[in-house]
Amino acid sequence: MITENKVDRSKLMDVIWDIQRKKFQITHDDISKIAQEFDMSRMELEGIVTFYHFYHRTPCGKYTIYLNDSIVSEHSGRPEVLHAFEEALGIKLGRITADGTFGLFKTPCIGLSDQEPSCLINFKPFTNLTPEKVRDIIGRLRNGEKPSKICDKPKTNIRYTPEPERTVFFKPYTTYSSLDKLNEYEPSEVIELVKKSKLTGRGGAFFPTGLKWQFCSQNEADIRYIICNADEGEPGTFKDRVLLQEHPELLIEGMILAAYAIGCSQGAIYLRAEYMYLKKELESLLEEYRNNGYLGKDIKAKKPFDFDIYIHMGAGAYVCGEETALIHSMEGKRGEPSTKEYFPVEKGFNGKPTVVNNVETLCAVPRILNMGLDKYLTLGTEQTPGTKLLSVSGDCGKPGLYEIEWGMKLREFLKLIEARNTKFILFNGYAGECLSEADFDREISGKNLLADDDLLHFKDTEEYTQKMSGKGLRAGGSVMIFNKGRDLLHVLKNVADFFVAESCGICVPCRTGNFLLNKKIDRIKLGHGEEKDLEEIKEWSKIIKTTSRCGLGKMSSTALNDAIFKFPEVFGTILSENTDFNKAFNLDDATIDYDHIINEMTSDYD
Amino acid sequence: MTKMVNLKIDGKPIQAEAGMNLVDVAKQNGIYIPTLCYFKELNPLATCRICTVKVNGKEITGCTVKVAEGMDIEVTTPELLDNRKAIIEMLYAEGNHFCPSCEKSGNCDMQNLGYDMGITVTRYPHVFSDKIVDFNPKRMIMESNRCILCKRCVEEVKTKDGKDVFSFVQRGVKTRVQIDYEQEANLTEAEAIHAMNICPVGAILVKGMIHEQPFGERKYDLLGKDIKPVVKKDPLRQRDGGKFIVATTSLAGCFGCHMSLLDIDTELLDVLELVEFNKSPLTDIKKFSKQCHIGLVEGGCSNSENVEVLREFRKKCDILVGFGECAIMGGIPAMRNFVPLKECLDEAYLNGVTTEVGADVVPGHEDIPKLLNNVYPCNEVVKIDYYIPGCPPNAQHIWKVVKSILLGEEFSIAHDEFKYD
Ligand SMILES: Cc1cc2nc3c(=O)[nH]c(=O)nc-3n(C[C@H](O)[C@H](O)[C@H](O)COP(=O)(O)O)c2cc1C
Ligand code: SF4
Ligand code: SF4
Ligand code: SF4
Ligand code: FES
Repeated sequence: MITENKVDRSKLMDVIWDIQRKKFQITHDDISKIAQEFDMSRMELEGIVTFYHFYHRTPCGKYTIYLNDSIVSEHSGRPEVLHAFEEALGIKLGRITADGTFGLFKTPCIGLSDQEPSCLINFKPFTNLTPEKVRDIIGRLRNGEKPSKICDKPKTNIRYTPEPERTVFFKPYTTYSSLDKLNEYEPSEVIELVKKSKLTGRGGAFFPTGLKWQFCSQNEADIRYIICNADEGEPGTFKDRVLLQEHPELLIEGMILAAYAIGCSQGAIYLRAEYMYLKKELESLLEEYRNNGYLGKDIKAKKPFDFDIYIHMGAGAYVCGEETALIHSMEGKRGEPSTKEYFPVEKGFNGKPTVVNNVETLCAVPRILNMGLDKYLTLGTEQTPGTKLLSVSGDCGKPGLYEIEWGMKLREFLKLIEARNTKFILFNGYAGECLSEADFDREISGKNLLADDDLLHFKDTEEYTQKMSGKGLRAGGSVMIFNKGRDLLHVLKNVADFFVAESCGICVPCRTGNFLLNKKIDRIKLGHGEEKDLEEIKEWSKIIKTTSRCGLGKMSSTALNDAIFKFPEVFGTILSENTDFNKAFNLDDATIDYDHIINEMTSDYD
Repeated sequence: MTKMVNLKIDGKPIQAEAGMNLVDVAKQNGIYIPTLCYFKELNPLATCRICTVKVNGKEITGCTVKVAEGMDIEVTTPELLDNRKAIIEMLYAEGNHFCPSCEKSGNCDMQNLGYDMGITVTRYPHVFSDKIVDFNPKRMIMESNRCILCKRCVEEVKTKDGKDVFSFVQRGVKTRVQIDYEQEANLTEAEAIHAMNICPVGAILVKGMIHEQPFGERKYDLLGKDIKPVVKKDPLRQRDGGKFIVATTSLAGCFGCHMSLLDIDTELLDVLELVEFNKSPLTDIKKFSKQCHIGLVEGGCSNSENVEVLREFRKKCDILVGFGECAIMGGIPAMRNFVPLKECLDEAYLNGVTTEVGADVVPGHEDIPKLLNNVYPCNEVVKIDYYIPGCPPNAQHIWKVVKSILLGEEFSIAHDEFKYD
């Protein structure tokens, strides 16, 4: 991208990536060199490098293994797989082998939750791991085989779509067909169409897409940008990956349509590093579009226009999915969310009006254009027409991807995915709600009638069920199922660890608040918990929620609070019954060493 | 012509120039929105979140709001006040602030807000994070223990050719400010002092410039004096002839805390007007003869007898107070937690330089209390209601806590008592 500066900071992350891939670390000298090249202080660069967890300041091994750390992976057998890795390599998690060949690290969800346990080796995917498979992989790598040759191709696992004429995403598509329609549309007509379709953002915030585009197009500027958010960091979500695997052309055309509508001349796809294996194909597809005159200069349309797209690789930071953090990251900065003084449509990338849209949002646009508005509006519910992609993982018969019409009842959906004995669901990932049986009669829709604080107004789950059944359940994309055998607290601990690791650190309520909530969970897990701890969790969560800068802090404690509300019996039995005396302390256990020592000594004398 | 807009702050109708910063508008109209990171209208940093207000019912940081027609703004609701207090408390819990020895004390924006809000103790457990104090820069010291990550230095201090001197490194709880040595060396003396001055707390220090201003004559020294303790409605009921019953004990401690108890000298006589001691080393009463109002516990649990005594105290005292570091976190005795018990015993009874030749026996008898695997702080064994930190805690503070509990006053350390410098 062109900027006025002498150096183009947006290239910075690519430069760091090049070195990371070549040398398996960023050395002190590299920092000095890059800092000089980009005309910044060493420490500023250090701040950027240490922000992203896939950049390493110390060697990370010629083969860098990242094992998924999410709870679904753990439930699918991650501990045995980890053990197999540790044994085969002779190192512990977080270490590299003495010869520097292998490094073994953990990383949050890598978007393969329906084929766990899985890992990335040099960013190539390996799925459905078993201890045998691990030993085989390590053996072959030792024999000099390349990760790219022996890796798996992630399955798309598309389990369900409505009947073909009611399907939006997963059905055959004729490349370029939507773009050829641009001869009939003025830019403003495209915006109008998207507005009428009631399409809302599928990245989780549900902002009306047409309106966002309109705002951006109305802001005077010499250049406007469209960015596709393919950071898909929410644990348990993999719908964007499947779209990129199955229908990348929809995304590209969606971006071209958006660019035409808004008047953007530059586009970018912010692709999470975990999906690096999709980059090559995407790039060659972009080249195809260029060669056929659909990208580049003078793109054919009622009003011909210039537009091109490039791919920006992320480097491991969940918060970069937040649109303003994403923009900072693209500008070659630390991925911290902005102060929210301006929306990206006012001042976004390089200070220019920018639209950030999720992959699914953009993919829907060419389909709506082709399908026609009238047809599209008959799908789903009246307020939220269309279909929704849900990534399903965890304890069910058929994990994978589901395209459903909005409005399906959760209970029906659970039947569809063959979930039995379900105890709770993490709905919309770690930043989402924790659902229990009390929610099963709600319908999956794009509208959520439950304001954030409403939970507090219900006496108990019974009243909650009564009032909430049939109420909309806003679905972002991730559905993680947990059956009656799973330990709720253990799951919540995994969630809390995730947010402590992923907070950007800019604001204290999120930075330290989440850390303190995590400690509370530890306390309860250890059996030190009291009624007062639950009260404090609720109060502190509220403070964190209301004072945090971005959605991460605002949502991080939702599942925890839902769980406390919906599973009083679980928490009740964990808390110390008699809080005056700490149940976790057992005098016999605490004197066991002493007894041993004395016993040993006295038996010696005999 | 600038456009005027009408808005409401806490119900008060106000006219202001459109687009002006809310914090400034409020100030002009006599309404105080506390701020910590905000200091330049052009570039609000919005990192500290203290200025969080409600605009049309939605929480947002005041320093990033530009006033517009019809805004309905809440600033001083109980909930928002508590949020602000909570954030300051969290900042104290996250860092390691020891005001009595801090160069910025009396000039510190955060300390000022702490006094202003009447904060005496934080509701959050201390994080005890490992922070770096960096003496390496040519002119400055970076004291991360006190840094609140407001980002002022990062955004404000640049070299002549526009490079950053201060940078955030790492992320999440590990985030800290790091000085770039090379760039720092390029700053002029005046620029370095500017950096120290814009830091709202005492995190950036310029070597040799620190105690320029005498203590006691600083910006915020007079604040907080007018905060009076709040009296609760239902104090504890007195038993037996109007006196409160107090018990004390020393578990695995050095009796230093008990010595400190006596340090109030003749005031002890006033104390005795109010309380009667039951089981305590002070009275040498060995067994509880009645239920007590308050139990004061010194020391942690190192052996099975400590555990039994502590449990007995829990049963016999309505309120249990842990005083001194050993009771609160194990203290000096807990240093043995890093060494296996066997090695401790061997060192003490078999191999140590002071052991008698031939007396190579580790004592073990059913009458001797058993040593625990680890030394435990009291709260890991029973519930502790209040803690009085210190090694030992100041005598005045101990009695003040006891009195506050007994008389139902909200504990607060008056400004004068608080200041050590
Ligand atoms: C912490 C956080 C993480 C997010 N991660 C993603 C993400 O991975 N993908 C995404 O599309 N949106 C993500 N979002 C939402 C984006 O901020 C933004 O709303 C979205 O990209 C806008 O596109 P849409 O309107 O098409 O949904 C995230 C938001 C937050 C607060
Ligand atoms: S809420 Fe958390 S992730 Fe978001 S800006 Fe604040 S610290 Fe960063
Ligand atoms: S920085 Fe302020 S609050 Fe912290 S120790 Fe110094 S004076 Fe106290
Ligand atoms: S050093 Fe001072 S100015 Fe810089 S971020 Fe920390 S508190 Fe703010
Ligand atoms: S003063 Fe507004 S966030 Fe710090």
